[in-house]
Parts: sequence; structure tokens; C-alpha cells
Amino acid sequence: MANTAPSTSIALPDDPNVRGDIVLEDPIEGREALVRGDRDFHYITEAVCKGNEAPLLKTPSSFVFGLLLAFAGFLLFGGYVGWLFWEGPGIWGNNNPVSWAWDIVNFVFWVGIGHAGTLISAILYLFRQKWRMGVNRYAEAMTIFAVICAASCVVLHTGRIWLDYFLFPIPNQMQLWPNFRSPLEWDVFAVNTYFTVSLLFWFTGLVPDFATLRDRATVKWRQLFYGALALGWRGSARHWVTYEKAYQILAAFSAPLVLSVHSVVSFDFAVSQLPGWHTTIFPPYFVAGAIFGGFAMVQNLIIPARAWLGLKDIITIRHIENMNKIILLTGSLVGYAYGMEFFVAAYSGNEYEGFTFINRSFGPYWWAYWIMISCNVLSPQVFWFKKLRTNVYVAWVVAALVNTGMWFERFVICVTSLHRDALPSSWEYFVPRTEVLFLAGTFGLFLFLFLLFIRFFPVIAISEVKTILPQANPHWEGYGHAKGGH
Amino acid sequence: MSTTFGLLAEYENPAQLYAACERVRDAGYTKWDACSPFAVHGLDKAMGLKPSTLPWWVLAFGVGGSIFMFFFQIWAMVYAYPFILAGKPLFSIPAYVPCWYEATVLSACLTAFFGNWVLNGLPRYHHPAFSSKSFARVTDDKFFIMIERRDPQFDQAAAEALLKDTGASSVEELED
Repeated sequence: MANTAPSTSIALPDDPNVRGDIVLEDPIEGREALVRGDRDFHYITEAVCKGNEAPLLKTPSSFVFGLLLAFAGFLLFGGYVGWLFWEGPGIWGNNNPVSWAWDIVNFVFWVGIGHAGTLISAILYLFRQKWRMGVNRYAEAMTIFAVICAASCVVLHTGRIWLDYFLFPIPNQMQLWPNFRSPLEWDVFAVNTYFTVSLLFWFTGLVPDFATLRDRATVKWRQLFYGALALGWRGSARHWVTYEKAYQILAAFSAPLVLSVHSVVSFDFAVSQLPGWHTTIFPPYFVAGAIFGGFAMVQNLIIPARAWLGLKDIITIRHIENMNKIILLTGSLVGYAYGMEFFVAAYSGNEYEGFTFINRSFGPYWWAYWIMISCNVLSPQVFWFKKLRTNVYVAWVVAALVNTGMWFERFVICVTSLHRDALPSSWEYFVPRTEVLFLAGTFGLFLFLFLLFIRFFPVIAISEVKTILPQANPHWEGYGHAKGGH
Repeated sequence: MSTTFGLLAEYENPAQLYAACERVRDAGYTKWDACSPFAVHGLDKAMGLKPSTLPWWVLAFGVGGSIFMFFFQIWAMVYAYPFILAGKPLFSIPAYVPCWYEATVLSACLTAFFGNWVLNGLPRYHHPAFSSKSFARVTDDKFFIMIERRDPQFDQAAAEALLKDTGASSVEELED
């Protein structure tokens, strides 16, 4: 492993809140240290744990306010689900041709968000992208909470919710099995596998950090809580060997999941015969869009969180810039897919396909289409300029626009393809009724879980960030050893 | 009188730990361990550890889960309740692929997750090292080597001399 000595020639200010935002020139020799300020191992422990270790009663009031707000959203979600159980999907505006609307839009939106977390935790890990260590814990947590929101939407859209167990291959008195040849059943398998694997991966990464919190715990409840979660971890080298192997294997299996889960979600549409859905471009187009929207959500969460938690030395502007580059890349891929859909519709010579796309951009839902184009294709183009992609305010606003645009993308795909049926007599304009509460409720659920995570779980992978400090290498020159491998 | 579990030596940095592990390995100890706040790169070689057997378990259970799901789908779709839907043939390998693939991934990942804890003997309620006050920093910024008394060539004086000679900042006795 090459030594990554910090570039000492650049003088950075002492204030960690300023230092983390300074953009460094790409050095010609050596690389900028990922953790700024010449930090030692103990600093990482302190910086990450202090947020978790503040006494419960001394939680900052701004945080309590945020948590209560999110809890209100969570209660709204619970109330809405209760109402949905009582009344049924009649409280939605879904009509005869538009049988899939906000329920599925929300599902695809949330499950897509999760993909950035898995990309960071698995694909960037396998490619040895060390900057990922600073952001992976947040992103993985985001994945889990987003998939919980997605699963709630898809479980609740079935109408007769108490029969959802039909989806699983459970031996039953009717001797029926789910139809394994149906894309909807593939989706059940894909999303459940995705959630389980993400959770296992996240927990595996958390165990050594729970052990850190356990060893530092000063009050009984924290000793018990983190002690139980740490599983008796003692940092044994014999354990690390198997642990790292398990981590690599989980990463290796999660990496194809990044590509497969949203591909399977796209099959829900692409395997049908509907113009506007029945295209082979859907799997890569959905995957690019999922990573795009997911990174935007990471930016929306991490930019305020790193400032609020004082972690700018660990999550520096370089992390933000790298993620903005991915947003630019995937946003442009998504733009290419929008263009290619039109080209294929024209080139196929199929008049139903052609009508669907003309209608999509100039028909009754033209406004949704152009919100999608301007948010998803145009807004990330500002990241071609280094000055803009290294500005946290620009990054946050663009990320928020991208999230909006990605929600509208799913709306456009679902609703505009359905509202013009093959028979003009069944054409109908879809108007939502109470669905906005559903979307707001899932945001409440998501933020509530996320804020609880920030308060009680280590938000940075402590044991992984320590490995990217230069002194973590036993052959680091600072220890006075001759350079040489083993 | 309490019996000793072994000796616990504390080191300040990964370089010291690495060098000390090479010494302990070369001295021929077998029942010993190194503990660190993060996985020190290359320490398995410095300790002379064998590679983990976990990948073989994952392979076995992954392939097993894969084979099971493939035949389960055939049985459920073709024999248990044959029913033509969407014009797809009852036996259709392309249509079986997604669930087949997901079941493979799931069984492999569950094996990797649970295998990791089982092979490491975790969760574990207590370990003698936790009785040491200084060991609390093993998950923070300190590095440790433990030589256990049940090692066939354990001799307290000799082991203590070896650990002190490797630059340990402190060597203490662990109670069992």
C-alpha cells in the first residue's frame, strides 16, 4: 500500500469548521490527506462519539425540535396508514386507466434513494476509494431508512393489506405458491433481499464502533445498550481476519445488487406491454436514476449534518465534490436516457409509442415532464464548474432540485403512460386527493429514523476512518521505519 | 486465589504492534492474540495467521441456496400448481432468473453474516481481557498483545521479558 503522507506544504487554518470547506488544488506529488488537520486515532473516536455521548437531557434544543418535527411527520404517517386501512385505497385519486399513481411513484422514489448508499458502501469499497470511509455510514443508514419507506409504500398499495403474505412463498392451506414468473414477484424478492443484505452489511460495519461506545460508556443504560449491540467485540486480530473477509463478501454481493434491484423494479414496468413502459432501456436508465437521486439525498443530509456535528475535518469539501461529480455523471446519463426514449419511439415507427412520448412532453402532464427535465438534466450541469461543485450551498440546492426532479420522473413514467389508454373513451386525467399526506408521512418516517440514528449510532465508521490515517500503516515513514513491504 | 489467564502487553501504535507480533510469532507461541481498534494492514502475516475459512462456507451455502431455489421454482410452477399466466410457459428459465439470483445472494450473505460471528465465537458475554482497565482503549487508540497461560510453552517470566523487550509500554497479568 502506498504511503499517503499529508501534504504539509499547504497551511490550513486551525478552525476545523473553516478548514473542511477549503478547496485544495490537486497536488502533483502525493495526495491530500483525507482527514484534515494531522489528526490522531483518538481524535476520530472523540469527534464521532461526542454526539452520541452527550447526556440525554442535554440534547441541544434545536435537535429536539427537529426530532419532534420528524416525529409529527411519523405520527402523520401512522394516522394516514390507519385511515388507509379503514377506508381502503379509495382515499387516493387513482382512477381506471391510472391504477398506479403516487403509491408506486413513492415506492420507486424511495427505493431508488437507497442505491447511493449501497454504491458507496460496496462498489466504492471494492474499487478501494478511500474517501468513501468518511461518508459510508450515513449513506448506508439512509439506504436502510429509504428502503423501509419504500417497503411501506409498496406494502400499503395492495388494497387488501391483510393479504400481503400472499407475496411470500409460505406454505398455506390453499397449496398455492406465488407466481415466480411475474415481475411483481421478482420485485418482492429483490426488495426483501436488498433490505436484508443492506441491514446485515450496516450492522457488521457498526459492531466495532458499538464496541468503542461500549468501552467509553459511563452510564448504565449506554453500557447495556452498546454492550448488547457490540456482541463482545474485542478487536482481536484473529477476529479481524474473518470480519474483513465477511465485509468483503458482503460488499461483493451488494455490488451487483446496486445494479439488479432497480433493474428488477424497472421490470415491473418494462415487462408489461404498455407504450412508454415497454422498452429495453429501462433497467440501465432506472439504475442511473437511482444512483443519481440517492447521491442527491446523501448531499441533502450530509451537508447540514457535517456542519452541525462539527465533522468537517472528516467529511471535507473533497467528499462533497466527489459526490457532485457522480451526480453530474449520472444526471447526464439520465438525460441521455430521456433523449434515447424519444429516439427509440420515433425510430420504431410505432404510432402508439410515438403518441405516448409526444403526449408525455406536450400533453396534459407537460408541466411534470418539464419539471423533470429542468431539475434532472439541466440543474446538475452547473457542476461542470469547480467553483460551483465545491460550494456547499450550491450543492445542497442542486441536490434538493434533483430529488424533486427524480420524484417527478417516476410520476411522469407512471401517470403519463397510463392516463391515455388504447381506448379514447377511457382517457382520464389523474388528480391526487390525499396522497400528499402519504408522501409527507414517509418523509416524516425517514427523517425520524435518521435523526434517531444520528443521536444514538456512530455516524462515521470510526474503525474504518482510522485505517485511512497515514499512521495506520505499520510501515509509515513517520515511525522511523525503512520503507518496505511485507 | 485466582488463576492467571495470561499476560497483556500494551503498545502505542500499529508499527510497534506489527514488530512485536513478528517477534511473538517467531518465538513459537500459538495461544496468543493481538487486539487493535481497526484492522491493521498485514497483521495476519505478522502473526502467521491462516486465511479465514469463511469464503468456503459462503460458497457452500450460496451454491446450496441457489440450487434449492432453482428446483423449488420448477416444483412450485410446474408440478405443485401448474397455472399458465401471461402466456409464459410453466417451465421458463429466463422467468426464473430474478428470484433464483436473489435467493443465491440472500443465502450467501446470510452465511457471510452469521458465519462471521460463529467462526469468531461471538457474541460472547465476557472475556478476561475486559477485566483490565487499560484494555478499554483497545477500541480507541491503543494496541495490545495477549499471551495465554494455556499456551504449551507459556512461562510467565520468559513471556514477560519478551513482551517488555518488544517495546510494550506496560505488561500486566490478566485474571481468569
